[in-house]
Amino acid sequence: MERTAVVGIGQTKHDTAREDVSIAGLVREAATRALDDANMDWADIDAVVVGKAPDMFEGVMMPELYLADALGATGKPLLRVHTAGSVGGSTAVVAAHHVASGLYERVLTVAFEKQSESNAMWALAPKIPFQPTLVAGAGGYFAPHIREYIRRAKAPDHIGIEVAVKDRVNGMKNPYAHLRIPDISFEKVASSPMLWDPIRFLECCPSSDGACAMVLTNSTHATNGKHAPAWVRGTAVRSEPLGMAGRDEVNPRAGRDCAADVYAQAGVTDPRSQIDLAEIYVPFSWFEPMWLENLGFAPEGTGWQLTDEGVTALDGDLPINPSGGVLSSNPIGASGMLRFAEAAMQVRGQAGEHQVDGARLALGHAYGGGSQFFAMWIVSSERP
Amino acid sequence: MRDVAVVSFAQSKSVRADPVRNEVEILMPVIQDAVANSGIPSKEIGFTCSGSADYLAGQPFAFVYGLEAIGAWPPVRESHVEADGAWALYEAWVLLQEGEIDSALVYGFGKSSPGSLRDVLTRQLDPYYLAPLWPDAISLAALQARALLETTEHTERELAEVAARSRRDAVANPNAQLTGDADPEALLKEPYIASPLRKHDCAPISDGAAAVVLAAGDLARKVSKRPAWIRGIDHRVEPHYPGVRDLARSPSTRAAAEKAGALSGPIDVAELYAPFTSQELILRDALGLAKPNGTKINPSGGALAANPMMAAGLIRIGEAATRVSSGEANRALAHATSGPCLQQNLVCVLEGE
Repeated sequence: MERTAVVGIGQTKHDTAREDVSIAGLVREAATRALDDANMDWADIDAVVVGKAPDMFEGVMMPELYLADALGATGKPLLRVHTAGSVGGSTAVVAAHHVASGLYERVLTVAFEKQSESNAMWALAPKIPFQPTLVAGAGGYFAPHIREYIRRAKAPDHIGIEVAVKDRVNGMKNPYAHLRIPDISFEKVASSPMLWDPIRFLECCPSSDGACAMVLTNSTHATNGKHAPAWVRGTAVRSEPLGMAGRDEVNPRAGRDCAADVYAQAGVTDPRSQIDLAEIYVPFSWFEPMWLENLGFAPEGTGWQLTDEGVTALDGDLPINPSGGVLSSNPIGASGMLRFAEAAMQVRGQAGEHQVDGARLALGHAYGGGSQFFAMWIVSSERP
Repeated sequence: MRDVAVVSFAQSKSVRADPVRNEVEILMPVIQDAVANSGIPSKEIGFTCSGSADYLAGQPFAFVYGLEAIGAWPPVRESHVEADGAWALYEAWVLLQEGEIDSALVYGFGKSSPGSLRDVLTRQLDPYYLAPLWPDAISLAALQARALLETTEHTERELAEVAARSRRDAVANPNAQLTGDADPEALLKEPYIASPLRKHDCAPISDGAAAVVLAAGDLARKVSKRPAWIRGIDHRVEPHYPGVRDLARSPSTRAAAEKAGALSGPIDVAELYAPFTSQELILRDALGLAKPNGTKINPSGGALAANPMMAAGLIRIGEAATRVSSGEANRALAHATSGPCLQQNLVCVLEGE
């Protein structure tokens, strides 16, 4: 098995509507930056792995076929992954296996969503025979999970607001972030309209156009990039059924199993002390404390205390989403890969204003569907 | 390369429209058959990967419900490609190369009946310059067929012969949808639906599903009397715009076949995913099978007899593997395609011990 390294990272400026670029232009912006960071050209790439969420978000069926030219994939293998909201993460995992298997030396992986092409709320609300329609969008789906978390953990009401403020403060330090709210404050979030109790408007992710790209290589090419490589220390995916009665949607077993798998690969026995920072998929503010528990950073029922004590702030002991996270930019199909890429940027020391001092070991996390698809990786500045 | 084999294959009977069963209900018996026949307990299968396309069902996340069909509890290692199940098989094969897991379940499924397939597939085209013109799948294939007839020695009669042979061979395939005797001369008297293509030049529209179980090394030998070993597998994509390609040729098929080692020896059976008769000729030219000396082409009847989208490529691999495992073939080639006019192609070489 080959060691896998991240040697190039690129992302677009994320925005409500990137009307200045086509879908091809969007993915190419991210991919070009990743190649540039890796000191590589299109011809250096052996295979391309593309991910995005449902095709109805752009209204293009299997758009990777149309993007083959823009991604320099012609004449090469091109694989398209789709695992719901976790897809950005699982796409990076598939790309990592392309290298780890020894089959490919330099793989370009790209994830994107150009949500302005369509309407995600509409795309998520089809009328399917014998199934309830999800006309309330993702927030309406997840709000009951959050209420159940608050009930179980006896969490105070203000935790979600704190997360929303923290991630937007972090986002202001990230030049690629979509939302920039200079006057963000506890009061501003608290007074924003309640959309799906207990989720307020400013506790929601935006709807973004954006893309993320990475170049993964084996150890032969690992040190040729503009920055030191991020070594992939473990990757894991887990899925569980949507409709199984009795599954715990608040603290899903698939997430716990996925974390246990990736920690075992990376030699992590105590994530709270060993992991320097994590980029986790938080589309609604309350998912920060929920995932802190699911990921084993805090015992069940106490994740909110880490948020409340400032542990998860950029200058805290365990920074969560220093990039501003999904709450600051959410091109859905790319959001998972952005978490993976931002984790790698931190251990490569290339995160700029939102760099966590001394970051050496970082977790990237993505989830999707009805809290049922999980993808994670751990990256390190140290070669395994 | 680690030895990985197809040890089990199952498929549904393809039908024009299954108005009663949804995708999950079509899938469940197929997956149960494939797993039961593999001899590997389902809870011991190391990885699951599926292929499907949301636009066929007309709903986002259509694949999510497939998970209900495999009983993903406790949670499983699982992935999904928005493509034919043949590419899901490729993803599983890549993972098996690392040596951490020894088996994988792969499935592909699609119901084309809810929509108008030839129109649905126009949504697969460049959304800015091609899709607004609504060039449907049959019209694009007709352009390709015209290029073939104009720039090569191939004739319309050969197209009709491919159609007749496919239907005749499909008689022995209980899962086929379009079977029977057809006289090429009579077929040539039929009207064009998109010149130079007649109705018999086009695959039927199908609902269906297929599943394959892969196993590595000793596990494959343990559960199968004669595993169908994957000796090589590769896939390549071509430019998207039909206008910048030589549509009469398939360089991506050729490149994938070379990488997969397909051209290094005789092929007993070739299962080619050619949803149009003209595409079979293009593929055979690319694979050196223009004159199939000793190679049986599409003994199942191929996609011209049954074409469940997102499963038909995986079915080619399953059909080829079945013929290797039965001893009927020692070396088989399976091919899958995706996109307009054979834009993307996968070649898999299977051998007996």
